[in-house]
Amino acid sequence: MQDKEPITRALIIGAGIAGMQAALDIANSGYEVVLVDKLPSIGGRMAQLSETFPTLDCAQCILTPRTVEVGHHDRIKLVTYSEVEEVAGQVGDFRVRIRRHPAYVNWDACTGCGLCQEKCPKRVVSDFERGLGRRKAIYTLSPQAVPNRPVLDRESCLHFQGDRCRVCEKVCPVGAIDLEQEGNTIEERAGCIVMATGYDLYSMDRLGEYGHGDLANVIDGLAFERMLSASGPTAGKILRPSDGAEPKEVVFVQCAGSRDPELGVPYCSKICCMSTAKHAMLYKHRVPDGQAYVFYIDVRSAGKHYEEFVVRTVEENRTIYLRGKVSRVFEEGDKVAVWGVDTLSDRQVEISADLVVLATPMIPGGGTVQLAKMLGLHADEAGFLSEFDASMQPVETLRAGVFMAGACVGPKDIPETVAQASGAAAKVLSTFARWGKVAEGEAAARAEDL
Amino acid sequence: METSQLRIPYFPGCTLNTTAKGFDTSLRASAQALGVELVELPEWNCCGATFPLLADNILDLAGPASVLVAAREMGERLAVACTTCYNVLRRTNLAIQTDEDKRQKLNLFIEAQYEGDLQVLDFLQVLRDEVGFEKVARTVKRPLTGLKAAAYYGCMVLRPASEVAYDDPENPRALDDLLMALGAEPIEYAHKGECCGSYLAVVSAQAAAEMTYSILSSAQKNGAQLIATNCPLCQFNLDSQQAEIGRRHTGYQTIPVLYFSQLLGIALGLDADDFDWEKHSVDPRPVLELVEPR
Amino acid sequence: MKRIGVFLCHCGLNIADTVDIERVAEEIGQYPGVTCAVDYRYMCSDPGQQIIKDAIREHGLEGVVVAACSPSMHEATFRKTAASAQLNPYQCEIANIREQCSWVHQETKAEATAKAVGIVQTVVEKVRHNESLAPLALPLTKRAMVIGGGVAGLQAALDIADAGHPVILVEKEASLGGHAAQLSGTYLGLDTFPEILNSMIRRVQEHPHIQVQTQTEVQHAAGFVGNFTVEVQQHNSSASENCLSNPVTYTLDVGAIVVATGYELYAKEKLGEYGGGRYPNVVDGLQFEQMLALTGPTGGAVRRPSDGSVPENVVFVQCAGSRDPQFHKPYCSKICCMYVAKQAISYKKRVPQGQACVFYIDIRSAGKNHEEFVQRAIDEYNVLYLRGKVSKVFEENGKVMVWGVDTLTGVTVEVVADLVVLATAAIPSAQARDLAQRLRIAVDEHGFFTEAHPKLRPVESLTPGIFLAGAGQFPKDIPETVSQASAAAAKVLQLFSQRDMIQEPGIAWVDEELCSGCGLCIAACPYEARAMHQRLPVAVVHQALCQGCSACVAVCPDKACSVHNSDTAQMLAMLEALL
Repeated sequence: MQDKEPITRALIIGAGIAGMQAALDIANSGYEVVLVDKLPSIGGRMAQLSETFPTLDCAQCILTPRTVEVGHHDRIKLVTYSEVEEVAGQVGDFRVRIRRHPAYVNWDACTGCGLCQEKCPKRVVSDFERGLGRRKAIYTLSPQAVPNRPVLDRESCLHFQGDRCRVCEKVCPVGAIDLEQEGNTIEERAGCIVMATGYDLYSMDRLGEYGHGDLANVIDGLAFERMLSASGPTAGKILRPSDGAEPKEVVFVQCAGSRDPELGVPYCSKICCMSTAKHAMLYKHRVPDGQAYVFYIDVRSAGKHYEEFVVRTVEENRTIYLRGKVSRVFEEGDKVAVWGVDTLSDRQVEISADLVVLATPMIPGGGTVQLAKMLGLHADEAGFLSEFDASMQPVETLRAGVFMAGACVGPKDIPETVAQASGAAAKVLSTFARWGKVAEGEAAARAEDL
Repeated sequence: METSQLRIPYFPGCTLNTTAKGFDTSLRASAQALGVELVELPEWNCCGATFPLLADNILDLAGPASVLVAAREMGERLAVACTTCYNVLRRTNLAIQTDEDKRQKLNLFIEAQYEGDLQVLDFLQVLRDEVGFEKVARTVKRPLTGLKAAAYYGCMVLRPASEVAYDDPENPRALDDLLMALGAEPIEYAHKGECCGSYLAVVSAQAAAEMTYSILSSAQKNGAQLIATNCPLCQFNLDSQQAEIGRRHTGYQTIPVLYFSQLLGIALGLDADDFDWEKHSVDPRPVLELVEPR
Repeated sequence: MKRIGVFLCHCGLNIADTVDIERVAEEIGQYPGVTCAVDYRYMCSDPGQQIIKDAIREHGLEGVVVAACSPSMHEATFRKTAASAQLNPYQCEIANIREQCSWVHQETKAEATAKAVGIVQTVVEKVRHNESLAPLALPLTKRAMVIGGGVAGLQAALDIADAGHPVILVEKEASLGGHAAQLSGTYLGLDTFPEILNSMIRRVQEHPHIQVQTQTEVQHAAGFVGNFTVEVQQHNSSASENCLSNPVTYTLDVGAIVVATGYELYAKEKLGEYGGGRYPNVVDGLQFEQMLALTGPTGGAVRRPSDGSVPENVVFVQCAGSRDPQFHKPYCSKICCMYVAKQAISYKKRVPQGQACVFYIDIRSAGKNHEEFVQRAIDEYNVLYLRGKVSKVFEENGKVMVWGVDTLTGVTVEVVADLVVLATAAIPSAQARDLAQRLRIAVDEHGFFTEAHPKLRPVESLTPGIFLAGAGQFPKDIPETVSQASAAAAKVLQLFSQRDMIQEPGIAWVDEELCSGCGLCIAACPYEARAMHQRLPVAVVHQALCQGCSACVAVCPDKACSVHNSDTAQMLAMLEALL
C-alpha cells in the first residue's frame, strides 16, 4: 500500500438490505462496489417478508426499488450465486477470491423469459418458501429477482440425476442453458470490505419441546411471512400446511429458543416481539373470526411507534397476550396442543390450536464465522461479529478497512440495519476520501519535483 | 356585615337531606356568614349517583341533565355540596358540552335546548376561588388554634382529573389551605387522596375496613386529632368503619371525622348545635372542646 | 394524436385483489390516443420495466402512463425506464391506483375498478399535454452544518470532516458532549466511556475541517438542498474580557444540514403520583447519573440529596411517564431498561450492602449483550426486579415510601426506600419543534423529527438536504445513535460527491407578456422563490427555490404564472376526463 495507491473500490459480502444500502451509498458517492451474495439474486431476508411493522408497508414494494436500483447501477458489480473463498492483502489492497457456483445457465445470453422454469418437469420443496411451497429444479427465487436469471439445482435436476430430460435446454429460445458449465473463481480487488452477511433462523430441529420441527402445523416466523406474502406459496392466504384448512386458533410462541442459555442462545433476538405482533395483526386481518394468542416473557416494543403498534394488536385485533413460557407443543388429533403457563394469573394454560408459529432465534448468517476467520475478525460465542468498541465504534471491526452492518453484528430490525449500513458506508467513504487526498497530495508533490 | 353579596344557585343532593344533614346545615350557615347566598334549585331530583357514568347508557344521564337544565335557568354557575353529585353533574355537563351525539339525544329526551354552558363548581371551590380563603381567614371569629387536622379529599373531586379536578390530583391543597385559614394545623400524610373503599363496603367489608384503617392510622401517626373531609360518602365510611377496625386491630384509638363545613361554622363562631353531631359514630365534640371558646 | 402507452401494475394482490386490472386495461385501451394498454404482476420488477421499454420502441410511444402505487414510490424508477428507451422521462407519469384507490376501497370492488379507470384517463390527459423537459443544474455548497454537539452531532461532524469536507458544528450550550457528558458510563463500557467521549470531543475541537460554534442557536434557515443559508445567533461570542457582550447574529452558507438535537427527560414535576419535584430524595435518571459520575458533585459517591447520607435502599421506577397513553407519553423510551440496570449495578458497586429494587413492566434488553447484562444485575448484584407499576411515592419519617404491585404474585408491596430514581420518559429537546419549523422539517405528535421512510430512509428528513441523527428522531442508545450519525454523514458525503445540484424542472415560469407586476405571487410563495425583476415591472421565479407548488398560479390575476407540466389547460383537460 505504501508503494502504490490504495484502491478506492469496496467489496461488500451479503446483498440483503444492509449490503444493498451500503453499496448504494458508496456507489452513489462515485466509487465502485463489488456486491457478493451466495444466493442467485439480491434482497436477502427482506425479500421473504410480507409486510413490515409498524406501517404495514409491503416489503416487496419498498424493497423492489432498491433491488432494481442496485441491479441497474453503473458502479455496482453484482456477483451473485458466489462465495468468498479467500482474502489476502490488507486495507487499501484486499485481494478477494470468489467462487462462482455453476448456474448451468449462461447469464449473459439469458433474457430471463422464464420459459425454462415453466417447462422444467421437476418440482422440489423451496427453501425460499421455507418449505411451504415448491419450485422447479431450474429456478429464480421470485419473479422479481434481480438479476432475473435462473440457476439450475444439480441435486434435483433429472438430467444430473441420470434421467433423460434436458427440457430446459430444448425450450430456451436463446440457447442459454449450459449443462456443461463449471464453477470458476474470480479475483476482485478492493480497498475496503463491508461484512453484511445477515442472519439465519435457529433450526427447529433442536427445539424438542416444540416438536423438533417434525409437526406439520408448527412453523417458524419466516414460514409464516411467506404464508402472509401475496407472492408466497398460498398467495397470502392463511392455510394450515397439513390440510390447507384455515386455522381459527393460532398460537405464537415468542422466545422459542432465545433467552435460553441452555440452548446456547442466552441473547434476545430483538425483532421477534414486533414481528410476532405484526403476525398476529395480519392474521386477524386475513381471518377476522380467528383468535391469535401470543406467549411472551417480556414485550419488547422499543422503537418509534412500536409500543403503539403492539397496543393496537391487543386492543383492536383482540390478540390475547399471555405472559409465560410454553412448555410443550404436540399433535393431538388434527390439532396442535400447546401447554403453557400464564405467570400473571399463575395458571396452567392449554390451548388446542390449529397452527403454531415459533419465533425462533436469529443466528448469524451462514458462513459468517468462516468469513470472520478468513478476514481475521473477532466473533462472539454466538458467532456475531464483534465491534471495535460496542458503544462508540459499532460498525468498525478490529481490522483496519473492514466494516460491518446489519444482523451479522447482532439481531436488529430493518431501520437499524439500514442506518448501520449507511454508517459503514460513511466509514468507507471517509477512508477513500483520505486516500484521494493523499493521492492528490502525492501527485502535486511529484509535479513539484519535476 | 358583608358589602359584596355573592349569589349562587345551589344543589345540596339527597345525602345532605338525610345522612349528611350536618354538612348541609353547617354549610348553609357558614355561607351566609361569609356573605354567600346559596339559592337552592326550586325543584331538583337525584343526580343518579355514579351509576349514570358506569355504563355508556345515555338515558341514565337524563337525571343529571335535567338538574343542569334547571340550574342553567337560574344562572351560569351551580354550587354543589356533595362531591359525588359534583362529580356526576360536572362530567355529565362536560359530556353534553363536548359530545354532540349525546347532547342531541339528551335534549330530545328531556325536551330542552341545553348546550352544556353551565359552570359546575364544588362548594370548596367556590370558597377558594369566589370567596377566597384570605377573606375566610379574616372572617374567622374563633380560630381553631392548636387543632391538628388531616384533610381528606376522597376521589370524587380529584378523578378523573381531566374532567373534574380543580386541584392537583396527586397533591391536593384546597382543604389543607382552608384548614390553615381557619387557624387549624393541617398535617401532612400520604393518604389524603387514597380511596377510602366506601364502594367496597357492601362487597367486601373486610377490604373496606382495611382501607379506612390505613387512612385513619396514617393520619393519626402523623399527629392528626381529627379528619376533615368534603365527601359525605367518605365521611360516613371513615366514621362508621371504626367500630369494625377496633374489632380487627386491638388497641385502635378512634378519631372523629368531620365535614369541613362543620369546622368552618365553628371557626366563624356560629351556633354548632344543629350541626347534627348525633349522626357521627365517633363523637367529635370532645376534640372540639380543645378549641378556645368564643 | 400523441401515442400514449398505459402500463397497469397488479402490485401482487395489493391492487389486483380489489381492482379488476384486466377490465381497466380493456377500457383504457379504447381511450383516445392510447396506443397500448398492458398489465403485469409487478411492473417495477426487471421484466415489468422491460415490458415498458419494449413497448416504447415497438409502438413508438410519445408518452407513458404507469398505473401503480404512489409516485413517491416509483416515479423515479419508471422515468428512468422511459429514459433508457430514449423517451423523455417527463413524458412518463404515474397514475396512483393503489394508495388512492385499491387500498381505500377494498370493500367496493366494482366502484374501485371504475375509479381506477377514471384515474388512469386523467393521467393520460396530463401526459397528452406534457412537454419534454430537462433537469436543471444548480450550484452546490460543499460545507455541512451539524446542529447539536452531543454524541450524534460529534460523530456526524467527524465522519463528514474526515472525508475532507468543512463542517460547522453548532451547539447551544457552552460545551460539547450533550447528555452523554453527564453520564457516568454506558452499559457496554461502564468505566471507559467518559474518556472515550473526551477524546472524541478533543478530536472534534482539533479537527482542521470542523468549526465549533458553541452557545449558538439556529434562528432561521432559507434555501434548499445544496444551497442553504442559515442564520445563527451566538451568545457570548468571545469568552474573553467582555462576558456580557451582546449576541451576534450572522449567516452561514451550507449545502447540507444534520439535525442532532437529542433528547431531554420528561419533567419529573409532571409525575405527581411519584412526588417528582416535591421530595428531594426522588430524583430522575440523569440526576442519579450525576451522582454516579466520578466527575460529578459527589465525586461518584451515592448520597441522598436531603441529608448526604448513603442510601441503603434504592428503588428504581421504570416507565415513569412512558407507556402511559392516558396521562403521559404512550411510547416506550427505549433506553431506560438498560440504564436502570447499569445504575443498579453501579450503585451496588459503590454500596455493596445496599439493596436495589427495580419496578418494571417489561424488561427491554433487546440489544447485543443487553440481555446478559440485565441477567448479571440480577444474578451477580442481587438487584431485585419486581414486575409491576408503582402507584405512589411519598415521604414519611425521612424515608421514601413506595407503593407498588408485584403482578407476578399479585400482591401489593410497600418498599421503604432511602432514595427513589425515576426513569422518566425521554422527550425531544425543548427547541426541537421551533427548529423543525425553521428548517421546514416535519415532527410527529410527540415532537420527534419525522424520517423520510420509517424502514428504508431512517436518517433522511422529508426535506432534501436535511438529515437526522440521534435521539431527536426517537429515543435511542449510544451505539444506535453513533450508527445513525455515521449514516447521516454518509448521506451528506453522497450529496457532496456530486458536481452540481440537480433540480427537477417541474417548476413555475412567468409569461412576461401577461404579467402586470402586481406582486401577489411574491406574497403567496411559501418557498421565498418569487421576486420582482430587477429592472422590469414583472415577477420572476428563483429556479433553485421553486418547488412547483402552484400557489402563485392560483393567485395570479393575469394568468401569467404556470408550472411546467401542470398548466391550466392540462388541469382542465384532466378534470374533463374525470367528470
